[in-house]
Amino acid sequence: MNATAANGVPAMPRSRVFNAYLQETRSEVVRYLRNPGFMVPMLAFSTVFYVMFGIVLNHGNAEAQRYLLASYAVFGVMGPGLFGFGVSLGAERENGLLTLKRALPMPPLAYLLGKMAMAMLMAAIVMALLLSLGLFVAHVPLSVAQVAAMFATGVFGVLPFCALGLLVGTLVKGQGAPGMVNLVYLPMAFLSGLWLPLAMLPKVLGGIAPVWPSYHLNALMQAAAGMRHGGVAMHLLALAGFTAAFLLPAARRLRRHG
Amino acid sequence: MASGETALACLRGAVKSYGALRALDGIDLELHRGELLALLGPNGAGKTTAISLLLGLVRADAGEVRLFGMDPQRIEARRGIGVMLQDAQLPATLRVGELIRLTASYYPSPRSVAESAELAGVADLLQRPYGKLSGGQQRRVQFALALCGNPRLLFLDEPTVGMDIEARQKLWSAIRTLVADGVSIVLTTHYLEEAEALADRVCVMAGGKVVSEGSVQALRARIALKRVWCATRLPLAEVAAWPEVADARLDGERLCLSTEHVEALVRRLLAHDAQLSALEVRAAGLAEAFTELTRDDVVAALQEAA
Repeated sequence: MNATAANGVPAMPRSRVFNAYLQETRSEVVRYLRNPGFMVPMLAFSTVFYVMFGIVLNHGNAEAQRYLLASYAVFGVMGPGLFGFGVSLGAERENGLLTLKRALPMPPLAYLLGKMAMAMLMAAIVMALLLSLGLFVAHVPLSVAQVAAMFATGVFGVLPFCALGLLVGTLVKGQGAPGMVNLVYLPMAFLSGLWLPLAMLPKVLGGIAPVWPSYHLNALMQAAAGMRHGGVAMHLLALAGFTAAFLLPAARRLRRHG
Repeated sequence: MASGETALACLRGAVKSYGALRALDGIDLELHRGELLALLGPNGAGKTTAISLLLGLVRADAGEVRLFGMDPQRIEARRGIGVMLQDAQLPATLRVGELIRLTASYYPSPRSVAESAELAGVADLLQRPYGKLSGGQQRRVQFALALCGNPRLLFLDEPTVGMDIEARQKLWSAIRTLVADGVSIVLTTHYLEEAEALADRVCVMAGGKVVSEGSVQALRARIALKRVWCATRLPLAEVAAWPEVADARLDGERLCLSTEHVEALVRRLLAHDAQLSALEVRAAGLAEAFTELTRDDVVAALQEAA
């Protein structure tokens, strides 16, 4: 008899642990899908920008069209990662929900996996919107394989930004979190050439662009869209490195402070 | 494991500081099977810190914390507990039924959603979004979440704050039902009548220490004392030795006497000093006695005695 049984707390069957993960994910998704104040800005941001700068104001060739669709797609999927984690974690650390969940026997990873699933779903919606606009409104020439590759890049490309959002959320509480997230989001998008191609920015800014994770996701997205690129592996590696670098301090802070 | 046999949860010599503030100053606390323990004390007494240690939310700087004989930071230990915290804001867009189903999913053998809702009196709210409920209704939902896992030990941190009298009575009766079923409960409150209505054992905290612990009867006996003030020529030492006098001290010009037998004491006072003046008799109400019990100098005196 182990200590658990001796003390009369029944053991948790694996199927029930799995169910706990499932329920947590479902709740996280449902609660934000029902919250237009959270959903609409996140979806509108990138689509409105793309329609304005990528469609209405763009009179470039096929190459420019593909470039803009890909870079606004990156801009679009950064949002769910940064806001989904940063703002909601910041709020839940302040309003006591995270404390309650830590006191409850919630499987510790369920909370993060739930938010991750939500961010990936949002990224999928953003990608679907942007790709539809690109294909049917702007008539960007893309093959089916390229569309699929871009979609997948967007859905998984949100993950490094989840990690960054998580780190911001552990550093800034409640009301301060949205401002802080925007302070990371918008400059980073600009500095990695998502709004204007890097060639149009001052040389020094173009030179330091590889320090931003969004630069590497943009490179991958451009590759997926069939643009020329300097090797996918290096950018994948860079993103994995960023993810780990954001996750480690975040995990440490979460464990210590909750 | 000596304590594991009898205590479901315990603190032993637990110390916790936040910066310079010593929130818990070496307290011992044991919770036994099937009992309802009330932690009583003013704000800042250390109640919430004590609960946080037992829930594994914070680690003790020193001392030992056990939940079902385990470290409370282990999820296996927490699968036996239900929790209602003071201010946890739940997702406003989720429906009551969804919240219960989610929380129940964390436990090995939970109650059904319907049964949990019935027990907590929220059966009519299952389809309502949490954010649309009144404060009292939200507290009841939080209570449903605390009990939905079918836990053997419940932590209720100020459960009836913000409830009207009727809702409070209903919650009390639900708590009694659970205790009758063999559930143990740790309840923090600063309502004395709540502790009186529910608790088997009351533990009064102040300044990070336990200043009084015992049955409700014992606490009531302590606070059944009445106070008598009077200006008299009788010396303090003489009066203090009378059998009716539980405690005597000088309060400015007057003597202040504590007694359980106020009539006999007043009769004797008047018989010994015909010139006695400024006589005043006051019952120490629960709240007053409680304030008295947690006053700094009283706390110090109790600690010396202990």
